[in-house]
Amino acid sequence: MGTSGPLTDDGLVQLLSPAGERVDHPEYTPRVAHLDADALRGLWRDMVLVRRFDTEATALQRQGELGLWAQSLGQEAAQVGSGRALAPQDYVFPSYREHGVAHTRGLDLTEVLRLFRGVDHGGWDPEAVNFHLYTLVIGSHTLHATGYAMGVQRDGAVGTGDPERDTAVVTYFGDGATSQGDVSEALVFAAVNNAPLVLFLQNNQWAISEPTTKQARVPLAARGPGFGVPSVRVDGNDVLACYAVTAEAVERARSGGGPTLVEAFTYRMGAHTTSDDPSRYRSAAEEDYWRQRDPIDRLEKHLVATGELPDAFREQVQAEADALGERVRTTARALGRPETSTMFEHVYATPHSVVDAERAWFERYEASFAGGEK
Amino acid sequence: MTQRLTFAKAINTGLRKALERDPKVLLMGEDIGPLGGVFRVTDGLAKDFGTDRVVDTPLAESGIVGTAIGLALRGYRPVCEIQFDGFIFPAFDQITTQLSKMHYRSRGRLTLPVVIRVPFGGGIGAVEHHSESPEVLFAHTAGLRVVSPSDPQDAFTMIQQAIASPDPVLFFEPKGRYWEKGDVDTDADPLAAPSTLDGARVLRSGTDVTLVAHGPTVGTALKVADAAAAEGRSIEVVDLRAISPLDITTVAASVRRTGRCVVVHEAPVLYGTGAEVAARVTEECFYHLEAPVLRVGGFHTPYPVAKLEHEYLPGLDRVLDAVDRVLAH
Repeated sequence: MGTSGPLTDDGLVQLLSPAGERVDHPEYTPRVAHLDADALRGLWRDMVLVRRFDTEATALQRQGELGLWAQSLGQEAAQVGSGRALAPQDYVFPSYREHGVAHTRGLDLTEVLRLFRGVDHGGWDPEAVNFHLYTLVIGSHTLHATGYAMGVQRDGAVGTGDPERDTAVVTYFGDGATSQGDVSEALVFAAVNNAPLVLFLQNNQWAISEPTTKQARVPLAARGPGFGVPSVRVDGNDVLACYAVTAEAVERARSGGGPTLVEAFTYRMGAHTTSDDPSRYRSAAEEDYWRQRDPIDRLEKHLVATGELPDAFREQVQAEADALGERVRTTARALGRPETSTMFEHVYATPHSVVDAERAWFERYEASFAGGEK
Repeated sequence: MTQRLTFAKAINTGLRKALERDPKVLLMGEDIGPLGGVFRVTDGLAKDFGTDRVVDTPLAESGIVGTAIGLALRGYRPVCEIQFDGFIFPAFDQITTQLSKMHYRSRGRLTLPVVIRVPFGGGIGAVEHHSESPEVLFAHTAGLRVVSPSDPQDAFTMIQQAIASPDPVLFFEPKGRYWEKGDVDTDADPLAAPSTLDGARVLRSGTDVTLVAHGPTVGTALKVADAAAAEGRSIEVVDLRAISPLDITTVAASVRRTGRCVVVHEAPVLYGTGAEVAARVTEECFYHLEAPVLRVGGFHTPYPVAKLEHEYLPGLDRVLDAVDRVLAH
């Protein structure tokens, strides 16, 4: 976009042009040198599956099967590229539209539906996949990630040289979150503790209706150095570049080199959530511009040009996507309604007399209708 | 061994025991390291346990609590010090939207054993924001335990039980009582003792009026009982210890014996602990009441300037006045 403000494309690391051509970068090309055709097809498959999941969930919301949906549409490269650069022991603290990262962590994506269906405030076992629950209060979780990273450091899981032990923590947040005090505090705490943290900022240019120009006058990556945190700007629709910069940042974290701020410059192709209406605040021309830069198309063009996307593979992934879509629809509709009594469960880890008394009262109240008209 | 300790030293000794007992315990806050905290509650702990376990943090309360949450998720047991009551509000979001709800929203998979120590209350002649009593704001939030010890022995016991609790605990320390002394059995193992985090105690038995207090006003209540006894009136003093959960069973049992109830706290009476106690006493033992439940506490004003705090705080005379009024019924 060529401005000097927060929407500039100056300084973006890019390894794949919008036309799908490889771009050489002396520092980052070596970070993807080991990714062979199979690996690239794998990234394409990830993105296709995540987009299908997102499309199905959006449709389910329109059908009244989900209360709300936060789309990841357009951010697949930023999420899959960064997520695939992580090791199993790394730990992720997402915001609430990181479905692509969830997929790379091995989370069954249908688990994500529970939150949006209204049957669970969480939905999955974070420790089973090293992927924390979604956090809806903007930026709050960046401090949790920082504290977790400080714990990793205390555990001696940094700088040992053991690739299966050294651990990075990655937190995902958006351009709107950068205005929250908690994000600045996370940068302060991460910096002074030299915490093994990657702050992965997806600048999708829109915080509901507010453009990034309402959050900053300079590129958001510029915030890092002031805190003593090195930063990098990356083309967020380039899955290879996102992989490369994340790989470098997690390596720095794991080896004891401290935190990194990554700004992935991308675009929220969909609405903020299904409750939003972007036509009220942004132009169709802008959306068209970014549609031409679709992250999946970009890798697809590359794979087609290099003859690495055979029809059989396309058909296989298409079948997988269809099966996922079917499973998403079936699972969402089967989620039902939790038992009313679960409202009173797990408020505390140990008995609390007020909760216990209210629960007992409510059970008696409910029982008083037994046998009568509901 | 029973030692004569100040309130501050009793907490310090409890923190020391917790640090010795569990390597996952760490203290974090502003000026708590080499300085020992502005009230010296952590005096000597950085020297003995190192600044990795007694951590001076950046001056950012949301950051302190937010990173404590992350540390707890990683298996640590952080004990945060908020320097003064009035400075807890930058952390209010982390405490109420994150700390309090993690166990619930994870359906019990995640626990956050975080203790937040807060020196609170007035009477020390401080500037504004240094004398407040915000405990009810946290008691109103499900998922938090809110407690306040009233003497050195309880302080020693309760801080260790709070640190051992799997639930987040807001630990309100009556700063005006930090230098009062009491006997503390420092050899006792609080983790083997009954919980003090959810049960009120009858500190003094009486027959005419139940006087309910917590934290700094418990000492006031005991003095009121002494003064009333000189006039032939028998006051039963109940120390709530916890305001979440509120142990209404103990309070109501006392009111059934006395028929009269006065609640005293430094926090404003409007929507305060006294309001909750009064409502519940009315529900639980209406036919035992000989008089309306009265509340004595702060006014619906900002905490006043130091030169006026004596008039603002619920002292001996105002509590005695309330006792007289319930007995006049």
